[in-house]
Amino acid sequence: MELEVLVEKFRNKDDKAFEKLYEMYSDNICGVINTIVKNTDIAQEICQDVFVKAWKNADSYNASKGRFFTWILNIARNAAIDEVRSKSHKNHKQNLSSDFFVNILENNDDLNNQVDAIGIKSLLMNLKEKCVQIIDLLYFKGYTQKEAAEELAIPVGTVKTRNRSCISQIRGNIAI
Amino acid sequence: MDIEKYIASGILELYVAGVLSDKENLEVAANAKKHPEIESEIVAIEASILALTKAAAPKNLTLKGYHDVKNRMSLPRDTKVISLAKEKSNWPTYLGWAASLILAVGFLWMYAENNALKSEINVASQTNTILERQIEAAKTSLEKSQELLTTIRDKDIQVVALGGQAADPNSFAKAYWNKREKKVFIDAQGLPEPPDGMVYQVWSLKLNPLTPTSMGLLEDFITDDNKVFALANPNESEAFGITLEPAGGSVSPNLEQLYTLGVVSSS
Repeated sequence: MELEVLVEKFRNKDDKAFEKLYEMYSDNICGVINTIVKNTDIAQEICQDVFVKAWKNADSYNASKGRFFTWILNIARNAAIDEVRSKSHKNHKQNLSSDFFVNILENNDDLNNQVDAIGIKSLLMNLKEKCVQIIDLLYFKGYTQKEAAEELAIPVGTVKTRNRSCISQIRGNIAI
Repeated sequence: MDIEKYIASGILELYVAGVLSDKENLEVAANAKKHPEIESEIVAIEASILALTKAAAPKNLTLKGYHDVKNRMSLPRDTKVISLAKEKSNWPTYLGWAASLILAVGFLWMYAENNALKSEINVASQTNTILERQIEAAKTSLEKSQELLTTIRDKDIQVVALGGQAADPNSFAKAYWNKREKKVFIDAQGLPEPPDGMVYQVWSLKLNPLTPTSMGLLEDFITDDNKVFALANPNESEAFGITLEPAGGSVSPNLEQLYTLGVVSSS
């Protein structure tokens, strides 16, 4: 319930509420952007841009169409993909589809000394490659159901059920 | 509505991913409001994604923080910036068109200018040719004059003045006689132009007795520029006379038409 209040205050341009939302989600947003742009400095820049953009477009958020996190996640993915497609980013010889978020997550895990964060290895424990792929496409890369189905060469209906089962496994791993 | 089945369909996971259509989003949000089980399932799914995305955050570097975002929040909305950028992106296009138009006009002007210059060059080169010819003619005439002067100044030359006679007392002529080369130059500038069908004839004369010998005709008298005529004279002349004779000349002089006469001084 507290989240709903915060988001409603944010919609009314309450910057204290927005600061709380920033604290809640900036790491996540930055994480998603990082898996796409694969450059921590650029990821941080875009991350800040995304929150500024969110503030300026606060009135366009509609709670009846989705979660606040989902909304800002969308802004973040679009901003990151725009960056990857931009000329300046191509100079870094980075590629959007060459590898999965796990590479970043695994590298990150070595540096992970935060007590409150759950290690990536424990999160993805026992997850199959096809689970990692589908989560990467749907949550980190912003593929639609149809696009993910084409990418993975599976029926559209399977995307839904497979994703559900994969997320369930992660939830199980968190609960351990 | 079978809530269990609805949850199991996997639609809530896609709702959190943000990949559903607007219509599906509205449905899920409405269902979540109606059924707390659906709402809590969504929260649980979101929590797992939050954990995953948080693990992906770059932890070796810290964010600039909220104050950086806040500083930029007061700046004008992005949409305004975008519209400005759009306006900005238009003027190079206009500038490009304007530049190409100016370039085209410039080319036309240069073309016209080039043509004008070409015709000027043509005229100039024609004038040049005419001037060159005139210079050449002048040179030739100068050479001729110098040659004439040289001839007249020759030490072997004897000058004989021919005075006007009954036919035309005002007329006069001069003979420059080079005895060694047996040549006579007649300067006939002082003679009137001969009428049509008539020609001047030069005679070498012996005085005792009076014996005329034809030296030749002053042909093309009217068209000759300097009126100096070179004639051969192998005779031992004592005097020179010029008479007007019918075209082609006569065997003996018509003394009624004697224009000039001069005696060679015996030196």
